[in-house]
Amino acid sequence: MSQFEPKIVAFVCNWCTYAGADLAGTSRAKYASNVRIIRFPCTGRIDFMLLMKAFQNGTDGIIVSGCHPNDCHYTSGNFHARRRWMVFRSLIDFMGFDTERITFSWVSAAEGAKWADLVNEVTEKVRALGPFTEFKNIDYNSFNQLDNGAIAK
Amino acid sequence: MARIGVFICHCGENISATVDVEKVAEVASKLQGVAFSTHYKYMCSSPGQDKIIQAIKEYKLTGIVVAACSPRMHETTFRKATAEGGINPYLCEMANIREHCSWVHEKSEETTQKAIDIVRTLVAKVRRNAPLFPIKVPVTKTALVIGGGIAGIQAALDIANAGHKVIIVEKQPSIGGHMSQLSETFPTLDCSQCILTPRMVEVSQHPNITLHTYAEVESVSGFIGNFDVKIKMKAKSVDHSKCTGCGECWQKCPNKKIPDEFNAGLSNRTAIYTPFPQAVPNKPVIDRANCTWFTKGGKCGLCKKTCKAEAIDYETTDEYLDIKVGAIVTATGFDLKHSDFFPEYGYGEYKDVIDGMQFERLASASGPTAGVIRRPSDGKIPEKIVFVACAGSRDKAKGIEYCSKICCMYTAKHAMLYKHKNHEGKAYVFYMDIRAAGKGYDEFVRRAIEEDDVQYIRGRVSKIYEKDGKLIVKGVDTLLNAQPVDIEADMVVLATAVIANKESESLAQKLHISYDKHHFFAEAHPKLKPVETNTAGIMLAGACQSARDIPETVAQASASASKTIALFSNNEMSREPAVALVNNVNCTGCLLCQEVCPYLAIEKEEIKDRNGNILRYAAKINSGLCQGCGTCVAMCRNKSIDLQGFSNEQMLGEVMSLLNKPF
Repeated sequence: MSQFEPKIVAFVCNWCTYAGADLAGTSRAKYASNVRIIRFPCTGRIDFMLLMKAFQNGTDGIIVSGCHPNDCHYTSGNFHARRRWMVFRSLIDFMGFDTERITFSWVSAAEGAKWADLVNEVTEKVRALGPFTEFKNIDYNSFNQLDNGAIAK
Repeated sequence: MARIGVFICHCGENISATVDVEKVAEVASKLQGVAFSTHYKYMCSSPGQDKIIQAIKEYKLTGIVVAACSPRMHETTFRKATAEGGINPYLCEMANIREHCSWVHEKSEETTQKAIDIVRTLVAKVRRNAPLFPIKVPVTKTALVIGGGIAGIQAALDIANAGHKVIIVEKQPSIGGHMSQLSETFPTLDCSQCILTPRMVEVSQHPNITLHTYAEVESVSGFIGNFDVKIKMKAKSVDHSKCTGCGECWQKCPNKKIPDEFNAGLSNRTAIYTPFPQAVPNKPVIDRANCTWFTKGGKCGLCKKTCKAEAIDYETTDEYLDIKVGAIVTATGFDLKHSDFFPEYGYGEYKDVIDGMQFERLASASGPTAGVIRRPSDGKIPEKIVFVACAGSRDKAKGIEYCSKICCMYTAKHAMLYKHKNHEGKAYVFYMDIRAAGKGYDEFVRRAIEEDDVQYIRGRVSKIYEKDGKLIVKGVDTLLNAQPVDIEADMVVLATAVIANKESESLAQKLHISYDKHHFFAEAHPKLKPVETNTAGIMLAGACQSARDIPETVAQASASASKTIALFSNNEMSREPAVALVNNVNCTGCLLCQEVCPYLAIEKEEIKDRNGNILRYAAKINSGLCQGCGTCVAMCRNKSIDLQGFSNEQMLGEVMSLLNKPF
């Protein structure tokens, strides 16, 4: 059997990590092709419900990455993202969600090699965890019967 | 119904070597909303852009996805082409299949699949793009120059001569910077002060320049064209509007044992002082940390009694000044690596092991020895001097792997100056390589070696120690089979590494500009934008960016001035329309968004009925201040704020399509 290839979505900021991933490209660093990048202006823009949406729809792992503390292009967006992550992590941990599936990191525009290493590390980590299946099979129809579909919408 | 055109670029072979571009184009043509797809060798070329323009007209396209390099590279190019095709430029997005795909993976089906996924994601985004229009903002035609060394002076004069107002903030009591400390300058050996001081006077007399010495930048907010800067004016304790600069006060000051920064610690100054006789402004300040009045609680007061102009006021406090500027030139210069960095060379332990700046002061006519090169320990004229180049520079073990650039040249200059003043003396230079790449530079070094008989020894120095009043320099000559060389010297000059100004990190954080791991400020592009920073409207000049010599510093300062002048040539400028918008029907007025906004761009709006009665409150965004970070969007509890260009719909569309789910 061929090895499991996890799907990984990276939510990155435009100024540091996106540029860092660009640098990984210009320096021709080779890394696992499992990751797909979604560009945000700032990690502060990332609504963590999008992470849940991604898991709900079939991703196995997620990277959230932006500028190092104090280097945010918008002064403080990364600090808000970090706080939000702390709260969000304890919430999903309480709910029984494996927080190892989400990696929060700082990658600057000068850290192309770090980006490549990060992708490889996360890919290996999520591959070891296996496919994400825990919360995928919620039966929306049963919700619909309960309250005329208000929750499913 | 969306009609999207997808254009896949081969980028020569940069993309097509690892990604099956034909397959990507074929799959793309079947995606929801795609009306046309094609691939081409160079999309950014003129014929490539024409393809976009033609296709918009022919297929009545309502959106464009260009799958090519990073949007950081060519987004502007393709948005311009889209506009030429007749649709709003913000309906064009780039799918990055080069930096994020073809360059980082081997040729395989998986790589092509990744490119397809990236294209599909961006198609889903463009389906939800809305036409946007650039925001016009006014430009405040005043520039702030931080630092009054040669870089700041040159930039300020250039901007001021173009007819714009300039404000200079200098931390020290005088402008002039490191250049005012130098004796002669390479490769012409003309006197540094002779060429600098007229410029300093010009600055002080220029009608367009306001000079704030003994001042620092406290905080910076706003954006290009509209920065709000708070300046901290440190208490000078001397009213400069009354002071005549007569100098009686510092002659009377009893506190005469304070190491003189201007003479690199080789002499002493008083607590009330001007840094040097040609200082601009030539009026003193009180160094409160060393003044008896302040340290011993109101004792002394001699300077106040002496001052006939009644200019001395111990009661003054730090003051803050708020200014509005349109552009900022950062010219904060460098420091030299100091003392305990070289325990093996005995720097800081032996008085006669000095650094390059101290030698400059010894050789300078305005220095502590009036230009006679004497040993700091006993004042004797040294018969043998050893110069050590690369003291700390290009040394990974010391943590400084870069070349300090100026040392090869100033070491040759130092050796030459010494030989010119002491014909019988011996000068030795230990070096790794001679890097003299500049106009007239190599000739200058050859002159030191050939005409002035300076002994150049290729090799490093391992140790310096004192024996019988001599400094024993243990080195090696790598051009002579690594033969050990011991020299009994009277004085040793270390060309210590150029390092970033120690306050550069905190200043970069105030300015929101990037800096490298050595704390030098980072330029926006190493080749094509060498004087701009990643923060629009903030420019770099001189050694705050990396080690550089005077001609380069002046050239860069003029370059940043010309960038500033270009910015000031318009009354208003257009800004990216990626700003947040409030749906004030849904907004509950909790104003959580206001608390997280780094730009104070969110105000409380009163929602009134037709009779003017306040019904409720909602958030309102000042689009002139909003920079589009989107922190408020993620914070909003009921999705009443959205970010144009990165809307909730667009981002969710990207996530869903990436995972191949309908949305």
